[in-house]
Amino acid sequence: MSDGPGRIAPKRRPGRRLATASEAGAPTGSATSTRAASAPLDRRSLERRPPDDVRIRTRALTKRYGDLVAVDRLDLDVKAGEIFGLLGQNGAGKTTTILMLLGLTEPTSGEAWVAGLDPTRGPLEVKRRVGYMPDSVGFYGDMTGRENLRYTARLNRIAPAEAAATIEVVLGQVGLADRADDRVDTYSRGMLQRLGIADALVKDPDILILDEPTTAIDPLGVGEILDLLRGLVRERGLTILLSSHLLNQVQSVCDRIGIFASGRLIGQGTMAQLAARFGDGTGHLELGLDVDDPATAERARALVAAVDGVTSVRTGATPSDPWVVTVASAPDAKRVRIAILAIVAAHALPLTSIREVVPSLEDIYRRAVALPAQRGPEVAA
Amino acid sequence: MTETTAALPARRARSVPRAGWMVVAGKEFGDHLLSARFIVLVIVLGLAAAIPLYFAAAAIREVASSVTDAQAVFIALFWLAPDVGTGGITLPSVVGFLGYVAPLLGLAFAFDAINGERADGTLPRLLSQPIHRDDVVNGKFAAGLSVIGLVLVCVVGGISAFGLIRLGIVPAAPEVLRIVLWVLVTFIYVSLWLAFGMLLSVVVHRAATSALIGFGTWLLLTFFGGLIVSLIGGVIAPLAGTVEEQLRNNSLQEGLRRLLPDTLYREASLTLLNPQVTSVSTPATIGGYEQAAQRIPSLLSLDQSFILVWPQVVGLVAMTVACFALAYVAFMRQEVRA
Repeated sequence: MSDGPGRIAPKRRPGRRLATASEAGAPTGSATSTRAASAPLDRRSLERRPPDDVRIRTRALTKRYGDLVAVDRLDLDVKAGEIFGLLGQNGAGKTTTILMLLGLTEPTSGEAWVAGLDPTRGPLEVKRRVGYMPDSVGFYGDMTGRENLRYTARLNRIAPAEAAATIEVVLGQVGLADRADDRVDTYSRGMLQRLGIADALVKDPDILILDEPTTAIDPLGVGEILDLLRGLVRERGLTILLSSHLLNQVQSVCDRIGIFASGRLIGQGTMAQLAARFGDGTGHLELGLDVDDPATAERARALVAAVDGVTSVRTGATPSDPWVVTVASAPDAKRVRIAILAIVAAHALPLTSIREVVPSLEDIYRRAVALPAQRGPEVAA
Repeated sequence: MTETTAALPARRARSVPRAGWMVVAGKEFGDHLLSARFIVLVIVLGLAAAIPLYFAAAAIREVASSVTDAQAVFIALFWLAPDVGTGGITLPSVVGFLGYVAPLLGLAFAFDAINGERADGTLPRLLSQPIHRDDVVNGKFAAGLSVIGLVLVCVVGGISAFGLIRLGIVPAAPEVLRIVLWVLVTFIYVSLWLAFGMLLSVVVHRAATSALIGFGTWLLLTFFGGLIVSLIGGVIAPLAGTVEEQLRNNSLQEGLRRLLPDTLYREASLTLLNPQVTSVSTPATIGGYEQAAQRIPSLLSLDQSFILVWPQVVGLVAMTVACFALAYVAFMRQEVRA
């Protein structure tokens, strides 16, 4: 559709940069301290601005609280129209990173660009374009869900009639339309998170930053929410940055993933890239064989094990369980699979299925955080 | 394209850009008006003003003869401390009662302004909207001021109406002006407590604790403040020695008492409301005493009364600004996730 990612670039762009400069002069905490130096810095940061398709970029972004390094020299790139997952244990620096991207916390050093803007100098313009849902999101309990969203719309200077229409749509999208006029203090945790996502969408953002968006939502609801996020990216070209420690969710929805450990990004890339980087290099195939008598099974095992590149064949505990074939190097898996199929055909083995086993994110994550941190952040583009 | 996006209206026409603090203030003002504490405070304050007024109206007949000028009779309702019954119990005046209770008004609308948002988890969400960080404190302070102004005008208007009916005297224009000025001074005094409550709500992380500290401070300053200051004053500047020394030390003690906002407010109110008051300080020299004794009792005009309490008013404003500035700076420096 024509309203793809390209739609975002021209909208409310012209003239905004001037507004940003004047906003930086207003007395917010972060702005005042940099006001004196802002003129030359602005020119420099404009020169170093990332290309338009990189919606979020950080370079050597660092945040220290006293001796504690919460975020350590972070280099992050999130491209337009992708869902990027930040993965990491509690206290790994995910939330601090997000707060710096929104200009809610000032970085100790390093640079960041969000939608082409510096969040420390133009926080208002960044916040106008970024929908943010904090972890353990809260709402005013004595107001209804709809009233809460209306307040957000007013803070974003959206005209009332337009706001009412938008609120109706986003409430429907997160599945809260029938509870919208109940007081928020009657909501469950999961409903609050749904409302939080709706709240982030009210301002019609270009970028969505979600901090632990689905921790309290029931499994079926999570499916709906993840579908919604995918839909937003597909139809409206949103860029989504989400942090989570729910590995299978991240795996299922994110295009690329960044793994955090104690303030450092120890890897970023697609699942395949991460698997290549943090895997042990071996590949795995799963064979389903319908063999009952041990003699045939043993013959089949020997034949498969003889294929070039196969290091081991593990039969199942019971005859009906699939076998796991380990291949010495992952790229060889395809060739091995073809070879096995040829053997099966030649020897008339009762094969029912064969598939390559992709390592789960959990496996990758375990290996990644277990690696010594000295390897440092490598950017796998 | 599916219906989800088709239904989203095009976001081009932004409404008139209102300042962020106005949006925050509007929401907070609405919240305050609908809150239980608003109703409770209007009742408490109304009673605190109406009860002494009722007795003052009864006692005013005796006083009326001593009040030389008719234009000062109506306003005597506010400053007259009436004797009740035969036991010689003297009730505080309307001004006295309001002086005790009014700080509650300020504290009640501010003690949970910021830490309440923190507790609800709404602060990060609020700050991630396109508003400046100070819009939050400014908006909340503005909303508090509006509510205070509203309550004060309502309460004073109400008791004035009551006095009108009961006394049957129509106040003259200077009297009305005096009442308006007094309401203004009361407003400033309550704003001081509002700013103080705001400061507590920023610095103290739990709303209950900040309420406790606020009300504790109110109790201490309003009821024991005078005692404590007299105690300190008695040590630093005892009322002993020659007459000159005693007079000098007395005015020193008076200065110490004026560190209490409560004292400033009372001096300003009584002088503004009662044209018979011709000085706020006791003379510091014998000469001054002689002069005061020789003065012919007369009524001060409004501008003269106002000039007399100008320092008190400025003092109250300065304290309010200082409290708010502290709250502001503390909030700006705080981490969002503190």
